[in-house]
Amino acid sequence: MAEIDRDKLLDIYTRTMKVNRTDEKFRELLMQGKVAVMYYCVRGQELVSAAAMAALEPKDYVVCTYRGQGEQTAKGIPIEKWWGECLGKATGTCKGKGGTMHITDPETGIMVTTGVVGSGIPIANGLAMASQNNGDGRVTLVSFGDGAANIGSFHEAMNMAQLYKLPVVFLCQNNRYGEHTAYADHTDSPNVAVRAAGYGMKGVTVDGNDVNQIYPAVKEAVDRARAGEGPTLVEAMCYRMMGHFFGSDFSYMPKEHLEEMQREDPLPKLRKVMLEHQFTEEELDRIVEEIDAEIEAAVQHALDAPLPDTDEIYKDVFEEVN
Amino acid sequence: MAEITMTEALNKAIDEAMAEDEGVFCLGEDVGAKQGGGVFKVTAGLTEKYGEHRIRATPISETAIVGAAVGAAIAGQRPIAEIMLMNFVAVCMDQIVNHAAKLRFMSGGQTPCPLVIRTTTGVGVGFGGQHSDMLEAWFAHVAGLHVVTPSNAADARGLMRASIDANDPVIFIENILCYGLTSEDPGPGYRVPLGKAAVAKEGSDISLITYGRTVLDALEVAGELGKEGVSVEVIDLRTIAPYDEETVLASVNKTGRALTLHEAVRPFGTGAEIAANIQEKCWDNLKGPVRRIGGTFSAVPFASHLEQAWIPTKEEIVGQIKASVGKD
Repeated sequence: MAEIDRDKLLDIYTRTMKVNRTDEKFRELLMQGKVAVMYYCVRGQELVSAAAMAALEPKDYVVCTYRGQGEQTAKGIPIEKWWGECLGKATGTCKGKGGTMHITDPETGIMVTTGVVGSGIPIANGLAMASQNNGDGRVTLVSFGDGAANIGSFHEAMNMAQLYKLPVVFLCQNNRYGEHTAYADHTDSPNVAVRAAGYGMKGVTVDGNDVNQIYPAVKEAVDRARAGEGPTLVEAMCYRMMGHFFGSDFSYMPKEHLEEMQREDPLPKLRKVMLEHQFTEEELDRIVEEIDAEIEAAVQHALDAPLPDTDEIYKDVFEEVN
Repeated sequence: MAEITMTEALNKAIDEAMAEDEGVFCLGEDVGAKQGGGVFKVTAGLTEKYGEHRIRATPISETAIVGAAVGAAIAGQRPIAEIMLMNFVAVCMDQIVNHAAKLRFMSGGQTPCPLVIRTTTGVGVGFGGQHSDMLEAWFAHVAGLHVVTPSNAADARGLMRASIDANDPVIFIENILCYGLTSEDPGPGYRVPLGKAAVAKEGSDISLITYGRTVLDALEVAGELGKEGVSVEVIDLRTIAPYDEETVLASVNKTGRALTLHEAVRPFGTGAEIAANIQEKCWDNLKGPVRRIGGTFSAVPFASHLEQAWIPTKEEIVGQIKASVGKD
């Protein structure tokens, strides 16, 4: 696979740290009791979403899940709007009516964030079908977890996407857990990507903690989709370093495995790659400082923002026809 | 003017919309020319005109069909998805209820979902328990869905055009026994606005509120009772949800009596909602309790005489009306 150039590496690093610092900040606010909402932590999966988003063009569509913070922030949702939505404010992407599990921002290409495991996969096909119908050259990427690979939607959508050669990329973030159930306790296939063959589709499993594997794999899938060669199932092996949702017990995750996976933490690995490419410690730290400052300001903006008007419960149910 | 069947009316409405807007396309099981143009031939001839991309014959994958329609709709297209028989919506309720119905609201208005889900059903054709249910109440209970059903061919043409135009999801229910009904063809561009009921027959003694195939029974009964001096007003809702409350309440305020009628089972049916609303809003003008007729609370049976006993009968409608007006 081709070497990732320096500009792209910097792009991926910036997106990755944006995801990570957002996650850290969210957990800090929850711990301090400043925010009390459902939050699905992405610690350990930052690189997968960042590299995947870096492989897309701004116009491309994304469908993600309730654990979609990575895709959302890395694709570029303006972070004031993102925080506004997570805090249920009128300034949020969805006027506070979607929330952490249902973030939508079409301008950024985040078309659906679904709270129902696996449901986004057939919807991604439809977005891709629209692109195929109207020739707009967009690719749709749908991100989901290993748990979603066992719901009917996954299988129906895989078959349909391959049948129509839709410009779609299926990105399975195999974080080893479907809610509280370990991969081996919910699936006996050696991996998820192997299932692609059952649909005549190209499937590939890569190390999602290694930028030199995850980025080229998604990029190749995106290029194939854009060239009209059909869908790809990319499975990124990663690890959910915390419980299913913030604050939930994760004693079911064996300590030894957690420690083993912490040694695979994508962040120090990415930093090492950056240093090998002659980025300096100072440069890398400065990027994080800038991101932190931006997040601080966005959080404050969201905390200060007004709540949505109560009237909003009556709006957007149907088109307002005057 | 030429007569058309309901099947032809639906076909013409879809054809017209596809000719006018490239974003309109059909998808569903067996809808393509190779597969025969749909089980009930509603999409016959359209593949030849618009190609296999715009008349997509799909695998038997209801969730993938509706999911694809949702995705295409939020991308700005106007898909018409066919779920071959209404009972099969049970397979894809997540996409309809959690996604199609809610994406406009949950996105704060950013991703409207303009799609039509065509489906067919009906009691009286011997299809048995898993192919005959009227499930409109399921959808009427979900905020964000329009639920539409025509009782005649002209309305079918107009309601289908309006459904395709709508910027929200529409569940379009076609009754198998209505496909062969004929009307005068209202011609190209004809639209029946969503949310507007028809006063199918004016009357002064009781309002009979119904929709779909049972409108035929209602009109027949109204005709017979007219000869006996009972004047029945028949309201054809056409759009079941959100329904035309104004027309219904005006009618009941005029007649002072009301009976709701549908093929779907009686408990928790749409008739219950309409009846409750009438009791609340027309109480001062009511001369008696609002009555309800619906299908028997069991699965639709197969054997012909059981199926006929299951469905609301004309005798039952006559009996309820006579009881209501004090002529029983």
